[in-house]
Amino acid sequence: MLFNDLRKGLAVTIKYLFTHAVTCQYPDERLEVPERARWLHKLETFEDSGKIKCIDCGLCERICPSKCIKITPVENEDHTKNAAQYEIDLGRCLFCGLCVEVCPELALSMTDKYELAEYDREKFVYTKEQLLNVKSKEG
Amino acid sequence: MNEAYVVNNEREVILNVGPQHPATHGVLRYVVKLDGERIVDSDPQVGFLHRGIEKLAEYMTYHQFNPYTDRLDYLASMNNNLAYVMAVEKLLGITDQIPERAQYIRVIMAELGRIASHLVWLATHALDIGAMTVFLYSFREREYIIDMFEMACGNRLTYNYIRIGGVARDLPDGFMDRLKEFTKLFYGKVKEYHQLLTKNRIWLKRTKDVGYISKEDAINYGIAGPCTRGSGVDWDLRRDMPYLVYPELNFEIPVYDEGDVYARYLVRMDEMVQSNRILEQCIEKIPDGPVMIDEPRYVWEPKERIMMNNYALMKHFVKVVKGFKAPPGEVYFGAENPKGELGFYIYSTGEGKPYRLKIRAPSFINISAMPKMVKGGLIADIISVIGSLDFVFGECDR
Ligand code: SF4
Ligand code: SF4
Repeated sequence: MLFNDLRKGLAVTIKYLFTHAVTCQYPDERLEVPERARWLHKLETFEDSGKIKCIDCGLCERICPSKCIKITPVENEDHTKNAAQYEIDLGRCLFCGLCVEVCPELALSMTDKYELAEYDREKFVYTKEQLLNVKSKEG
Repeated sequence: MNEAYVVNNEREVILNVGPQHPATHGVLRYVVKLDGERIVDSDPQVGFLHRGIEKLAEYMTYHQFNPYTDRLDYLASMNNNLAYVMAVEKLLGITDQIPERAQYIRVIMAELGRIASHLVWLATHALDIGAMTVFLYSFREREYIIDMFEMACGNRLTYNYIRIGGVARDLPDGFMDRLKEFTKLFYGKVKEYHQLLTKNRIWLKRTKDVGYISKEDAINYGIAGPCTRGSGVDWDLRRDMPYLVYPELNFEIPVYDEGDVYARYLVRMDEMVQSNRILEQCIEKIPDGPVMIDEPRYVWEPKERIMMNNYALMKHFVKVVKGFKAPPGEVYFGAENPKGELGFYIYSTGEGKPYRLKIRAPSFINISAMPKMVKGGLIADIISVIGSLDFVFGECDR
C-alpha cells in the first residue's frame, strides 16, 4: 500500500532525472539581468563636457524614504550649483528607485551592478567619485 | 493571566517553542501546555519583527510609503502595493479613472503574486511535514514568476511597481510571451504537485482531521482568505466586494467544508488553478493604452513636461517635498491577498501625509485562531497547522 504511494511520487522524480538542470552555477555562470534592473546608482555626466548633471536640487534627498542620500552643494563661479559631495548609504537603501524617478535632470540612474556585499558597514557609503565611475552594461 | 501559563496538576508541562524554531516560518514564540503529547492550551506570542511601519507612515508622503508596503508580506509584495494604492485612490476619489490597461496589469501582477505566494506556502508546508521534493519543484516555478516580475520592475522581491494612479511602467517587450508560456505550463505542474501529495498516505495522516476549526469559529475569529474557505465560508473579496476588472473575469471560488489542514490545502491548490485561469483571460482581454492617469495633482508628470515647462517643474517640487494634499476624511479598502484580507485604513486631515494609517494584516488575525485549532491535538500537529495558516511575520508584526 505504502509502496504504491512511493511509486507515484517517484514517477515524477524520475521523469525529471533525465531533464536539464534548472539551477545556475553562480560564480562561474551568471543569469542575465533585465534591462530595467534597479541596483547600484550611477551619477550621470554630460557626454560632451564630462560635467556632472546633478544640479543639487535636493529632490532625491527629500523623496528617499529611508533618508540615505546626503548632498553637500557648491556654488560655481557662474552661480550655478553642483553637488560637491554626494553620498548614498547603500546599507539603508531600499532600492525603490524613487530617487531616480523624481530627478528632474536625469542626473541619476540605476545600473545592473548587484554584487554589493562588503565586510564593513562604512564601505556601504558610496561617495560621489564611486557613483560617477560605476560601470554598467549600457555604458 | 493566560490559562496557557498555569499548571493545574503534576501531569502538565509548559513547553516553549521558538522564537527560533525552523518550522515557525519566521519568529513566532509558541507556548504550549502539554499533558503527555496532548496540547491542553497554547498561546502564540508575536511582535519580534515589529518595525513600526504604521507609525512610519505618519511621517511620510503617500508616494514615499509605497515601498514600505512591499515589506509587509514579502512573499506577495505586488498584492500589498495593490491594496495600499487602492486605498489611497479611494481617498482621492480617482478609483474609476484608472486606465483599463493599468487595471489589467494590476490583475495580472496580483494573480501572479498569489500563485508565487501559494507556491512558497506549498513548498514550506510540505517541507515541514517531510516532503522535500515538493519544495524544490515549487521553487522552480516560483523562480519563473519572479523572473517575470524582475523584467517588469527591476527587482526580485520588493517591487514598488503598482503606484498611485496606475503602474510604474508599461510591461516590457516579451513579457506577454513569457506569461503565455507560463500559463500553459502551469496546469501540468499543479497536477504534479497533486500526484506527489494529495493522495499520499503520509500526507493524509498528517493533515486530515488536524487543526479543525468550525465555520462559526472561523467567522467569529475574523480569519479570512483560504483559511476560512477551508471551513466552508464562501467569501472572497474579489467576487463579493469587487474591485479592478475582476467582475469581467470568469473564475470560481474554491470552498471546502471540512475545516481541517487538508481542506485548506485543497483550497489553495485549487486557487492556484483559478488564478491561472484569470491570467489566461487577462492575456486575451488586455487592451492597449496608457498605464497611468493624467492627473498632475497626484501623480508625477512625464520627465519631458517637467524639463520643458517651468510651472510643471514647480508643481513637481511641491509634490515631492510636501506630498499631494489628499482630501480630509477616512477610508478603508480591503483586497483579497493570498493570505486573506489585507486592509488599509487611512485617516487624512487634508495634509500631505496620513494622520493615521492602520493595516489589517491577515496573518495577525489568522494566528489568533491557532490555539483553537491545535487544542486537544498532538504536539506534532502544531507544525502542520502553522504550515496551513501560512503566515508571514513581516505582515503580522508590521
Ligand atoms: S533607491 Fe530609494 S532608498 Fe535607495 S537612495 Fe533611492 S530613494 Fe533612497
Ligand atoms: S534629484 Fe537629481 S539633480 Fe536633484 S539633487 Fe538629486 S541627483 Fe541631483
